[in-house]
Amino acid sequence: MLHLDGVSKQFGGLPALSEVSFSVPRGQLTALIGPNGAGKSTLINCITGVLQPTSGAVRLEGEEITSLPSHAIARCGVARTFQNLKLFERLTVLDNVLTGLTVEGGNSMMMAMLRLPYLRHRERRLKLRALEALDHFGLSDKAQWPASVMAYGDKKRLELARATVSQPQLLLLDEPVAGLNATETEAVACQLRRLRRAGQTLLLVEHDMELVMKLADQVVVLDSGCVIACGTPDEVQCNPRVLEAYLGRMDATA
Amino acid sequence: MTRYDKLLYFIRLHHTGLTVCAFSALLLLYPLVQDNPYTLGLSNLVAIHVIIVLGLNLFIGYTGQISLGHAAFFGLGAYGTAIGTVTFELAPWPTLVGVAALVALVALIIGIPTLRLSGHYLAMATLGCNSVVHTVMLQWDEVTGGSSGFAGIPPLAIGAFAFDDEVRFHYLVWTIALISLLLCLNLVRSGVGRGLAAVAGDETAAEALGVNTRRSKINVFVLSAVLASVAGSLFAHCYSYVSPDSFNIFVSTDLVIMVVVGGMGSIWGSLFGATFITLLPEWIDIFDAYKDLVHGGVLVLVLMFLPQGFVTGLVDLIKTRSALRRSRHATS
Ligand SMILES: Nc1ncnc2c1ncn2[C@@H]1O[C@H](COP(=O)(O)OP(=O)(O)O)[C@@H](O)[C@H]1O
Ligand SMILES: [Mg+2]
Repeated sequence: MLHLDGVSKQFGGLPALSEVSFSVPRGQLTALIGPNGAGKSTLINCITGVLQPTSGAVRLEGEEITSLPSHAIARCGVARTFQNLKLFERLTVLDNVLTGLTVEGGNSMMMAMLRLPYLRHRERRLKLRALEALDHFGLSDKAQWPASVMAYGDKKRLELARATVSQPQLLLLDEPVAGLNATETEAVACQLRRLRRAGQTLLLVEHDMELVMKLADQVVVLDSGCVIACGTPDEVQCNPRVLEAYLGRMDATA
Repeated sequence: MTRYDKLLYFIRLHHTGLTVCAFSALLLLYPLVQDNPYTLGLSNLVAIHVIIVLGLNLFIGYTGQISLGHAAFFGLGAYGTAIGTVTFELAPWPTLVGVAALVALVALIIGIPTLRLSGHYLAMATLGCNSVVHTVMLQWDEVTGGSSGFAGIPPLAIGAFAFDDEVRFHYLVWTIALISLLLCLNLVRSGVGRGLAAVAGDETAAEALGVNTRRSKINVFVLSAVLASVAGSLFAHCYSYVSPDSFNIFVSTDLVIMVVVGGMGSIWGSLFGATFITLLPEWIDIFDAYKDLVHGGVLVLVLMFLPQGFVTGLVDLIKTRSALRRSRHATS
């Protein structure tokens, strides 16, 4: 489904990604792991058009999306969450989820101002879907809250709800359980399992090794911007380069 | 469900529509109880400001941009109408529409480069545009009449019915203000409106959800310019006279103050802000001389205590409080 072909990114001459190539197969959960600063978020940003890769190509279903603007990539069915929450604090929880359906909401300002009956019906349908998504993530009782007053764990799940509500072709999650406690992590893991069972294609950036090993079909390990291993969780776990780079670094930072 | 519950449900479901209806009814009856032409003239000026502030609030409050140049579009509308109807002797209504279309084009040409900017840079760029337009009005004597202004603009009319006194104009200008209000209310309750709020919240996140942030900003900018232009045309017809000083940068900042005082991103707040700031000089007499000072003071006070503006700030406060109380209820 998603193919990365020699994707490189430099920040003012400093390489953050060098020649990253791998594929995310349809209907599977691919995990992207690596120590802090390995370039995982940068890679997600390059895929979603937030950053332009310095060289290389990103293909979605064979179509090149490398130089498309971010909103066009979103319209191809790529949804994402952010490592540092990017919720719309002033909107209600329900409206936050509804922004996840922007692509289906129509984009003619003229039509929106006239609020023709067909738009009203569509709006009602979208609202039902948003409420359903909130229900999945156990947030339906807070639908009318402003997002700003939510607890951190709820915000994390709200962002997931916003990203999944449109049933995207490809879902990119940047550390969805970072900062969550054990119960909250388990709740999110449960949702990820549900999504995968439903056939959702996922690229999951995560630090929590245990979670990754339990959920992933394929694991890609990134270190200093290079892919150092790619395979099933079992293969990767035994890979000496991974153990050295990943665990060695973890010790150093710990 | 009892009948009472049903009524409550109906009110909750249609509260926006019902509020608009109630407000319209009030405006319909207003000239019956208030026939002082001076007071009516003031409320007509409020309506003209409301039309501009609605658009400007979409741009500043909803989309999170800044413009210190909307008096320019207001002025272009007014002078466009003046020149169109007097110099070229065109019919007023087509002139109003044509001028609005021209102003839309101007806004597009200004917006495409300047809306790449944000924050202070955007403020400076729009301020600059306003200065240029103001200078042209002042200096281009043969066309605009220069600093002595432009007089003799005919009133608007439908057939033989001319909107030539305060009461008649009241119905005209408030009808247009209400239509603008409705259009804006519809917009912010749509997917497109949520996209605009997303742009204000976080542009990266908005893009990631499929909002074309650049296009959205330009669209709203053009829309707000068109509303300002229509307000300008009405202004010209209302007073039958325009002069450059009605469209200088201080008017622009006053408009921004109306948005901020009323409430960032609150359509109803726009109504409050425009009314409050337009009527403020009437309530306090000494005020005229120190108008800019007091406006500045009001702005500072609002920004210090309710940075989201009056109406929005209060509504946010209430919403947050009630959400927190409910959550405390739930946990205890
Ligand atoms: N906008 C940026 N400008 C300059 N350097 C950046 C920028 N974003 C990330 N980097 C650098 O790129 C590297 C990878 O960062 P990041 O992708 O956030 O890592 P990860 O998500 O794997 O922890 C880091 O060394 C970081 O300092
Ligand atoms: Mg990261």
